[in-house]
Formats: sequence, structure tokens, C-alpha cells
Amino acid sequence: MSSGLKTALPVIVFLLIGFAAPLLAVIGFSFMPPRTFTLDGEPTFENYVTIYDSTTYISLLWSLGLAAATVVILILICYPVAYGMVRVFGRWSSLVTILFVVPLFVSENVRLYGWLLFFIKNGVLLGTIKAFFDVDLESVLFTRGIILFGMVYVYLPFMLFPMTLGMSMVPNETREAALDLGASRWQVFREVELPLSMPGMVIGCLLTFVLAVGAIAEAKVLGGQQVIPIAHDIEIAFTYAQNWPLGAALSVLLMVVVATLVLLALRRFDLDRFLGRR
Amino acid sequence: MAGQNGVILYLKGLTKTFSGHAAVDNIDLEIYEGELFTIVGPSGSGKTTLLRMLAGMEAPSAGDIILRGERINDIPANRRPTCMVFQSLALFPHKEVGANIEFSLKIRGVDKAARKRRALELMALLRLPEAYYRRSVTRISGGERQRVALARALAFDPEILFFDEPLSALDYKLRKTLEKELKDIHRETRKTFVYITHSLEEAMVMSDRIGVMRSGKLVQIGTPQEIYGTPNCRFVSEFIGDVNMLPVTTVAPGRLASKDIPGEIVAPPAANGPSEGFLVVRPEFVRFLSAPGEADNHVVGRLYNEYALGSRIQYQVRVGEQVFVVEKLRHEAFQGRLDQEVTIGWDAADSIVVADT
Repeated sequence: MSSGLKTALPVIVFLLIGFAAPLLAVIGFSFMPPRTFTLDGEPTFENYVTIYDSTTYISLLWSLGLAAATVVILILICYPVAYGMVRVFGRWSSLVTILFVVPLFVSENVRLYGWLLFFIKNGVLLGTIKAFFDVDLESVLFTRGIILFGMVYVYLPFMLFPMTLGMSMVPNETREAALDLGASRWQVFREVELPLSMPGMVIGCLLTFVLAVGAIAEAKVLGGQQVIPIAHDIEIAFTYAQNWPLGAALSVLLMVVVATLVLLALRRFDLDRFLGRR
Repeated sequence: MAGQNGVILYLKGLTKTFSGHAAVDNIDLEIYEGELFTIVGPSGSGKTTLLRMLAGMEAPSAGDIILRGERINDIPANRRPTCMVFQSLALFPHKEVGANIEFSLKIRGVDKAARKRRALELMALLRLPEAYYRRSVTRISGGERQRVALARALAFDPEILFFDEPLSALDYKLRKTLEKELKDIHRETRKTFVYITHSLEEAMVMSDRIGVMRSGKLVQIGTPQEIYGTPNCRFVSEFIGDVNMLPVTTVAPGRLASKDIPGEIVAPPAANGPSEGFLVVRPEFVRFLSAPGEADNHVVGRLYNEYALGSRIQYQVRVGEQVFVVEKLRHEAFQGRLDQEVTIGWDAADSIVVADT
């Protein structure tokens, strides 16, 4: 055994036990007979057939759709903020960074319940309006829109920071050079700033998409189960239904779909080429 | 060269202040059509700020920039007929060599075939292989990148090219080659080049005229010969490199005295400088004498050390506390032992007196 391999051994063992083993267990369970709790049963495709015959695709589509919408909205929100943080705010940008980071110190569920109290009927927002103006408005809670709002809110930092980093990697002189060569502000953006800040943007999109596809709390807490995302189906299969093999098969399905989308995106956007390494 | 053509760029009282501090302080300057003008100064002298104002990337606090009789203060960089080659070169790393060179033409809506024709023409001028057209700018050498940056700047045929120390990051040998190449390109294109550098040596090699900058002001403007031969102050004389400098006062008409060496000194010919200041003698004008009478001035000292500078040899001669620097061409080397007593001297006409600034 080479000394390099020996040195790497602890990390390899850690990764095998910590990451590969649970993943393999899930894949293994997905081929076990329904409602069994061991990995030594007769392998079968029954769980996949069950999924194919069920209405699970609705949950999957909801998860993918909400995640995609979250990513699009986050791009629109974060690009201007990131631009400001890199080019406009100057020394204030660290304050903005702190404002976006501080909520991360509080657990996601707690923050979502905070929003719940804020939006609930007779809560912070509607209660105040009622007290001052004596108007009784409908709560926005338990709608699809508020689920999207919750997801955008929770995943915002995961888009903002890679994007900011990507944008700060565009050297000032390169922008000035484009301007000096006659480019308008828009042309500088399109020809130089956008392509050069693309790596950060792509990483932010992949990160938020992968996280958002697995989102469950937003739909549960704010959405009041108006929408059942795929992650919720998986949770039900593993808990109430006590059907581990079905939950495992759903998990594998989700992984395959997300991995396919991510790999397609990575093929389309070659990170190395953006970074000028090729 | 200089002076034969009209003024292309005229700076009138140009000033840039950053929070009360004048980085560029009331500069008046005329740059002639087709000349290679170099602004040279130590870092922090304001030369980059000056250049950025000329290119339109920094707005002047006061004064005017006049291009061919037209005030261009308020015209932004992208609408000025000038172009800058940056210190970092600022090539577009995501574009190929060809696309980098063609950038300004693409922006101006020139069609693809014409763009490519122009790019290949410039690549030929700058001796870049045609095959590089499709190569990424991250996969070519430093010298080649330099040429791509120059080709990119030349592509839209700007009236003036600005250079912000583009050679400073390169190794000595490549820098020497590119200095000469740049001068050749200047000759070929007959464009006006305004170049800034902190190396007077670099400025000397390339320039038609040089402006020496210090603390936001141009302290002397002249041809390389004038700057070297008749610096107008202590700062400029020292900036060029090794120089012999003695504090002097006039004791009688045509006679000077220095506290650093014994005896009187024959002053340089009249109207050559102030009555009090520093006597400047370049190392190559100091000679080893076999008899004191062989030069107007002489001092006796001890040969302390010698250094080989390639084609020249430099000697250090100690006269009391004062160190004299003498340079000889290699084939005229002085045959002497270290610590030997030597007499050195110079003619009054080869010296000048400059003010202490």
C-alpha cells in the first residue's frame, strides 16, 4: 500500500461508513419486498411498479416545479443584491452580509413558525391591521404562494453568497477594458460581467435547486399541506406507513431525477471553461 | 518626431483630488501627434490617476482635457477615440484570442468576415501565429498575451493608445524584447502612444519625450537626452540611477566649494544652474587621471570596489566620506588594485548644478 493511500485511509473509511453505506442501504431497501425491514429478502421491482401505478408523480412534479420557481425567483432577487454588494455598497456590504447570515443561526423550523405567527389570522400582521383599521383580511397562509415565499426566504443565502463570490471574481480592470473598447454598460454586462460571474450563478442555482427539491417544512408549516412534496411522501412511507422499501424507492427516484437534471446542467455550463481553465 | 506635428492632446491645469489630497496637481502638458510620450515617476506619484483621466475612467476635479481642440472631459471612456492597455492586460479570459482582438469591432457592429480580416492583419503585424486565432487567451505565454492586448487596443484604430505599465510584470529579458517591439509597432502604426512606467530606463529606450512626475506634478519634460543630460532638479538626476552628487555653494564667479571634498571646484559653464544646490556628474564623465592637470577638477581617493555591469565596469572610489561612482566601458577597464590611491577627475562642461528639490 502506498503511503498516500495509507494517509488517505481514515478519510476513505469515514466516507464509506458515513456517506456510501447509508446511500447503498437506501438503494438496497428499494429492491426489497414491501413492508419488510431487512436487506436479505428476495430482490424485486415491486416498489417501483407501485410508484409507477400511483399518483406519486404529482408530488414529484410539485417538488420540481416549486424548486424551479424558487431558483428563478432567487436569481431575480439575488442578482441585484449581489451586484450591489460587490460594486455599490462598498464598506456597507459586510453589514448586508451579516443581515443575510444572522437568520441562518436560527433553525429553519423556528423561522418558519415565526412567519406563521406573522401571517396567521389575528396574528402579527392581520391582527394589527384589524386593531387599527377594523378590516378583517383573509390570511395568505395555507396557499401555494406562501410555500414558494417560504422556500425563497429559506434558500436565499444559498443563492446569494455563491453569486456574490462569482461576481467579485470579475476583475474591475476587465470591465473597464470592455468599456474602454467601446462597450455600453449593457454590453459590458452581457459580454463580460455575466459570462465571467456565471460559475457563481450556476453553483448557486444547483445548490438551491437540490436543496429546494428536498424541501418539506415550508409546505407543512406555511402551506398547511395544501401541497404534498415528494419529501413528504418519503417521510410518510418511512414513518406512518412503515413501508421502508417504498420510501427507499421514492428516495432513489428523487435522487435519479435530480442527479440527471444536475448533470445536464453541468454539461451545458462547463464550469472549467467559465473559469478560463480551458 | 516631437514638435514636427500638431498637438493632439492638450491638458490644461488638470487636477484630481481624492479627499483633499491632490493626486494629480495642476498639470499642463501638450502631447504631439504621433509621438511616444512617457510619463515616468515613482509609485504614488499620480501617473496612473493621470492616465485614467486621459482614458476617461476617472473624472478630473479641475482643468481640461482637450483632444484635437475639443474638450473631452465629459465624454465617457466608451465614446473616446482612445484605448488603454492595462497593467494586468485585462484580457477576456472566456474569449479566444480572435474574439479578444475583435471585441471593439463586434461592439461597433462590424460584420464577421471584416472582423476576422482585421484580427488576422493585426496578428500578423504583432507576429502572432494565425493558428492562435481560435486559442484561449489563458493558454498562451505572457509575451503573447501582451501582443494580444496590444492588438485588441489597435483593432478599432484609436487615435491615442495609453499604456499603464504593461511590461512591469514580465521578466527582464522579455521586457527588453517587448520594449523594442513596442517601439517598432509605434513606428509602424504612427499612432500617438502615451506610456507610463516607473522605470526611467524603460522610458529612455522607447520614448520620443519623457515627463518626469513627482507628487502629482510634472517636474521636467524633455527628450531622453535632455532628461539624462540636463536634469532640472535633484529628484530627476537621482531618478535616472547612479549619479555623483555633491552639495555645493558658489564661492566666487565660476568657483564652487563643497563641504564633502577638499578644495574648490570649477563650476559648469555659466547659466547652467542655480548658485547653490547640487553638482551632478554622471559616472561615465568621471575619469581616472594619471596627472591632476588632465581634467578641470580632480580629487584623490581610494579604489574601494568594482562591479561588472556587462558591457561596462563600475568603480567605487572613496574620497573621505564621499563615494564617487566611475563607469568605464569594458574594453577601457581601469587596471588598478583595490585600496590603491587613485586620482579621479571631470571637466566642468560635463557637470551641471541642480536645485535641491
